[in-house]
Amino acid sequence: MIREPLIFEISGSGKRGFLLPKLDVPVIDDILKDIPSREEIDGFPEVSEVEVVRHFTRLSQTNFCIDLGFYPLGSCTMKYNPKINEKLASTKEFLSSHPEASEDLTQGSLKILKMTEELLKNITGMDAYTLQPSAGAQGELVGMLLIRACLEERGNPRKIVLIPDSAHGTNPSSAHACGYRVQEIKSNESGTVDVEDLKKNMTEDVAALMVTNPNTLGVFETEIKKITEIVHAKGGFVYMDGANMNALIGMCRPGDMGADVIHLNLHKTFSTPHGGGGPGSGPVGVKKELEPYLPFPIIETKNGIFHLNMERPKSIGRVRSFHGNFLVVLKAMVYILSLGPTGLKEISEVAVLNSNYIRKSLENDYHLKYKTLTLHECVFSDKIQKEYGVNNIDIAKRLIDYDVHPPTMSFPLIVQGALMIEPTETESKRDLDRFIEAMKKIAQEARNNPEVLKNAPHVSYVRRLDETSAARNPVLRWHKNRNDEIQGS
Amino acid sequence: MSYISLSEKDKKEMLAKIGISSVDELFCSIPDDLKVKQKLDVPEALTEPELTRQIEEIANQNSYHHFLSFLGAGAYSHVIPSVVDYLSSRGEFLSPYTPYQPEVSQGTLQIIFEFQTLICQLTGMDIANASLYDGASGAAEAALMAHRLKSRPKILVAKSVHPQYREVIRTYSRNLDLSVEEIAYSDRGEVDFKDLNKKLDEDTSAVLIQSPNFFGVIENIDNISALTHERQALSVVVVAEPVSFGILEAPGNLGADIVTGEGQSFGLHLSFGGPYLGFMACQKEFLRQFPGRIAGETKDVDGKRGFVLTLSTREQHIRRERATSNICTNQAWCALRATIFLELLGKKGLKELAWQNIQKTNYARDKITQIKGIKPRFRGACFNEFILEFENPWADIDTFLQEKGIIGGLSVEEAYPELANCVLVCVTESHKKEDIDRFIGHLEEACQ
Repeated sequence: MIREPLIFEISGSGKRGFLLPKLDVPVIDDILKDIPSREEIDGFPEVSEVEVVRHFTRLSQTNFCIDLGFYPLGSCTMKYNPKINEKLASTKEFLSSHPEASEDLTQGSLKILKMTEELLKNITGMDAYTLQPSAGAQGELVGMLLIRACLEERGNPRKIVLIPDSAHGTNPSSAHACGYRVQEIKSNESGTVDVEDLKKNMTEDVAALMVTNPNTLGVFETEIKKITEIVHAKGGFVYMDGANMNALIGMCRPGDMGADVIHLNLHKTFSTPHGGGGPGSGPVGVKKELEPYLPFPIIETKNGIFHLNMERPKSIGRVRSFHGNFLVVLKAMVYILSLGPTGLKEISEVAVLNSNYIRKSLENDYHLKYKTLTLHECVFSDKIQKEYGVNNIDIAKRLIDYDVHPPTMSFPLIVQGALMIEPTETESKRDLDRFIEAMKKIAQEARNNPEVLKNAPHVSYVRRLDETSAARNPVLRWHKNRNDEIQGS
Repeated sequence: MSYISLSEKDKKEMLAKIGISSVDELFCSIPDDLKVKQKLDVPEALTEPELTRQIEEIANQNSYHHFLSFLGAGAYSHVIPSVVDYLSSRGEFLSPYTPYQPEVSQGTLQIIFEFQTLICQLTGMDIANASLYDGASGAAEAALMAHRLKSRPKILVAKSVHPQYREVIRTYSRNLDLSVEEIAYSDRGEVDFKDLNKKLDEDTSAVLIQSPNFFGVIENIDNISALTHERQALSVVVVAEPVSFGILEAPGNLGADIVTGEGQSFGLHLSFGGPYLGFMACQKEFLRQFPGRIAGETKDVDGKRGFVLTLSTREQHIRRERATSNICTNQAWCALRATIFLELLGKKGLKELAWQNIQKTNYARDKITQIKGIKPRFRGACFNEFILEFENPWADIDTFLQEKGIIGGLSVEEAYPELANCVLVCVTESHKKEDIDRFIGHLEEACQ
């Protein structure tokens, strides 16, 4: 395959990729007189339209993506992204709406937001939603801010947030951003929250427990009711991370388990594309008690007309400008309406079936630290292959040679050398079987020919990349003159 | 609709392999009393034609697009070349995850690397990240970053910074031993230097300003940064209208330590406020406290150039509660659109775009402020927005203009009660001279 240069390297003085209409107002010559202006931007690209189109088309062909094949990245819910989502999100009336336009001119957009809130309430059993958070992590931040605001009003914001050792890194980071100290809760031998450890740590200094259900092993917290009761008994709140909602949709609802706050990842469970790392959307659902603290504005309906209510004296405030990632919310709404109640339940049924099929098919080839029943994902490790000097990274890189995207690596932290596999519900048996076959071949190769794994991938656009030197000697931008690069900062 | 790819036969074979007879058995870890007994209370499934019809009916309840509009205030109407929509709709860009496996994500990674370079060139900074959520959360992340670097308890934020950005800064900092104090604005609509001088003390971590500011006025970054540095604080510059980079001196060349802002103007539709694009850049000595994902260049085992996500020891998945930010998913696809936009316009195109914005805006401002009953509220130089002060009640004028099919601007009275009857007007290259003249004509009528 042709090596695609950086755009800066094919730039040629005077070339244009786009023309503006001629300026049609009289020119004010000395307009820049009192303003610090710049002549031209040194090194900025100058290329033609066709060069831009080829540049990005060629680069696109070096990406693996869900439209191309199986992408079992655990905890990321890489399901197929329906094309109708994209089409309806490019409706002109939505694309061209200004966020500061008055309510009477944007009733359609407000209706989309309100309808989505209602749908999410019913799906999750929560009482109210904000759609403002831009992604899951911002949703977590909002959730923890709500809890803190409510506790402050009760007189004591408390000091500690409890988080299981299997949690995503965003959980402790979000809790910390709200001024809380993080206390880790141990997992027991089945990989779930150790209830005794929770009891011991759940004091009146604890503001909340952040729990992911099913957890990052794909295991449902069977004692979730008991867990939430323990937290509530001491006046704490339960934050439920909805990253794994794909396992539960239509089957059970966080609101019925005792969760006080949850966030959803619309770019995971609700099929809006990931876009190579966003935009996502992280709506936060709450029980009544926390509703007064939601970010403003709140959308209200009066006589069928939608209004933005800014008068929210207890609100934690805004977490971003305007109304959140509106188009992402719209895509999620389209998805929910296209599936209906039966289709939504089918998501979790098939996602869990696919995951268990993979687990069963590979259980003799890869080590499974926790034998507990899993739902939408399963976490193997490289323990067996380690005996041959092969680790989980080698396994992942070899999968690339078999045209499959690798699973999530080295997470959760409670499984050493983890390979976290989440197939999602949209995959065919043929694709699942191809993956299983590749994994079995790799297990065989690990025994017979470990070198082929350690040198993988062999057929990709680039081969294994040196991540250590990238961090040690960071080159974070192109420079006209190579000597200008940052040296080991 | 259903997006399932298993046949009944497939399902049977898979259940047999697992050794169970029904899918229900896989859910036996969920206690019965938690299971949903009825169907979810959502509407029955719709087919594509039904869904299209329903969504289009809702879309038709929007009427903003019928108007000639002069709204800006952090969301700008600019040209979007067809190449941007075309290329960004490719499945290879829409449907991959964050590039955790670099060997199969070189497209995304090289584009992030190019985006970082473009942002550095525009801002005059050494390093940039892969994106943040939007300008407002970017401003908040910059304030927290400056606080980590300086460990002083106070941040000064200019009152001329976008009101929503200031709200987000307050939300992000509310539990972090960090107080936010505001700096007044002058008659010119710029940062009030006297007030800054008074408040900028040894407790101040950073001074955060916006330029062009919320009033459209270009700030004196040079002088503000110099005073800020004199007091050993950091200079943070927020840019909500990045088209201005095409013609205004880069903040990095005027003393800024951190530059952050909103990239919506670069190829993103207005979209009722999102998804937009936060960007952030800083001087290299602050790298370790920099938030967000960063792509870096490296080599593969054959010595070929390639790109990876790097310096992740700053990030939440490694450092957990000690991370520089909790951000994970960002706005990568929006950064892709901005990259296509900027590379297409290029050196000459971006400059021309900025030139047209400043020319048209000043043409409009000069003409409008000759109308009796309308005054420019501030005298400072502006880029593509300005504040008008009306003698007669704005509500009446607004109604009159709307009857003529015009949205004349945004009343700023709610955010600035002292600016009664003041309106923020935005003019971009998307307005033809005849649009501006029609606006002027109706303003004259309205003010008679």
